[in-house]
Amino acid sequence: MRSVTIVGASLAGMRAAETLRREGFDGTVTVVGDETEAPYDRPPLSKQVLAGEWEPERISLYDSEALADLRLEWRLGGRAVGFDAALRSVTLTDGERLAADGVVIATGARTRTLRGTEDLAGVYTLRTLADSLAIRSEFEATPQRIVVVGAGFIGAEVAATARGRGLEVTMVEMAETPLERVLGSQIGQVCAEVHADHGVDLRLGVGVDSITGTDRVEQVVLSDGTRLDADVVVVGVGVIPNTEWLEGSGLQIDNGVACDETCLAAPGVVAAGDVARWPNRLFGQSMRVEHWDNAIEQGMAAAKRLLAGEGAEPFAPVPWFWSDQYDRKIQLAGRSGPDDEVVVVTGSLEERRFAAVYGRAGRIVAVLGFNRPRHVMQYRRLIARGASWDEALEFARSQP
Amino acid sequence: MTYRIVVDFDLCESNAICMQVAPEVFEVRDDDFLYILDETPGEDQRAKVDEAVQRCPKQAISVAED
Repeated sequence: MRSVTIVGASLAGMRAAETLRREGFDGTVTVVGDETEAPYDRPPLSKQVLAGEWEPERISLYDSEALADLRLEWRLGGRAVGFDAALRSVTLTDGERLAADGVVIATGARTRTLRGTEDLAGVYTLRTLADSLAIRSEFEATPQRIVVVGAGFIGAEVAATARGRGLEVTMVEMAETPLERVLGSQIGQVCAEVHADHGVDLRLGVGVDSITGTDRVEQVVLSDGTRLDADVVVVGVGVIPNTEWLEGSGLQIDNGVACDETCLAAPGVVAAGDVARWPNRLFGQSMRVEHWDNAIEQGMAAAKRLLAGEGAEPFAPVPWFWSDQYDRKIQLAGRSGPDDEVVVVTGSLEERRFAAVYGRAGRIVAVLGFNRPRHVMQYRRLIARGASWDEALEFARSQP
Repeated sequence: MTYRIVVDFDLCESNAICMQVAPEVFEVRDDDFLYILDETPGEDQRAKVDEAVQRCPKQAISVAED
């Protein structure tokens, strides 16, 4: 293998580039990215950057020296618009074709928007540095009322940051409790209480009918007829994997790029990060994971896969992420669902400092912590070795 | 050549990823603080330490070459 094209210059793509070099790959590595900024880290976008505590320089993934050491060929500010998997040839916006021996697909995902609101000023989604800075300058213009649509992790962090800036926040969520489909209603209820404690006006079990305004947003109209006055609206209703450029490429697209157990999508073609779907042997299910840590781990695994040729290891991690909201650090490892059995193994829901494990079909499948990082990692280890539900509960009982 | 683990405790938020990647070197205890078990681990730990550096959500870990 003498040349590799990496499509996507964010975390997964960059960790893949770094891993290629670390593993001794000496050929050409070309990185395609649609943003013009040098690669940066996204988690602070809804936290420190939005809060005005950090300036953009602070979230660079690499200093210029470290970046130079990687010896990359750059194609920034353009986009991949086509791909031929058999030729491993990527077509860019300006018509350039990049053919290589290996390709890493790491084009990530983009935010879902509310139909009809794309051109209305004051309505935002949050994914990029540009998004974060735009919302931040709105926050600094001392608006009166912020409406957050969606009480998922991004919405919750934006609400927490806005409250930290002293702004009035209403959060609208379609489900009866926040994060119900991920964490179940009991834990979702705890999340709701944390927001209420911090003065967020939470409207649950209600959708958004429309967002109105002439030049800029004025009101958010809810499905129960309520009209919320709004100066700024932030919509956090999930993401869509960026796979349109792969249509007709010969790759299978199924809510993400379909890969085998080793992140291989076609000979010489791997995928990593938010865009990749693969069967995770540990959980016996196909998954696409939108977490920061997975972008790193899968970026590394995909790069190694490309170099390994035959006999590569399956990629079978326990997905993990964190979310900082107010003074709580929420961490989830594994794959929880609304119908799992949930047992609090340390602390209590009342003090909002606890760890809870999730069990399904005789196995421990997830652990959730509120300010309990140590416990999350302990149980994550059990999940990683496929421990049974009884074993997990036995372990919990054995702890002081 | 030896190396030394440096943690910026102002940045560290005890996510405990380092403990998961390199449990011989890092430990987050019940008080939720990170403890470095071995400040100068051997070369056999180097790959794990490098991975812990990369995967720290706060980029709080670095390695000093002595």
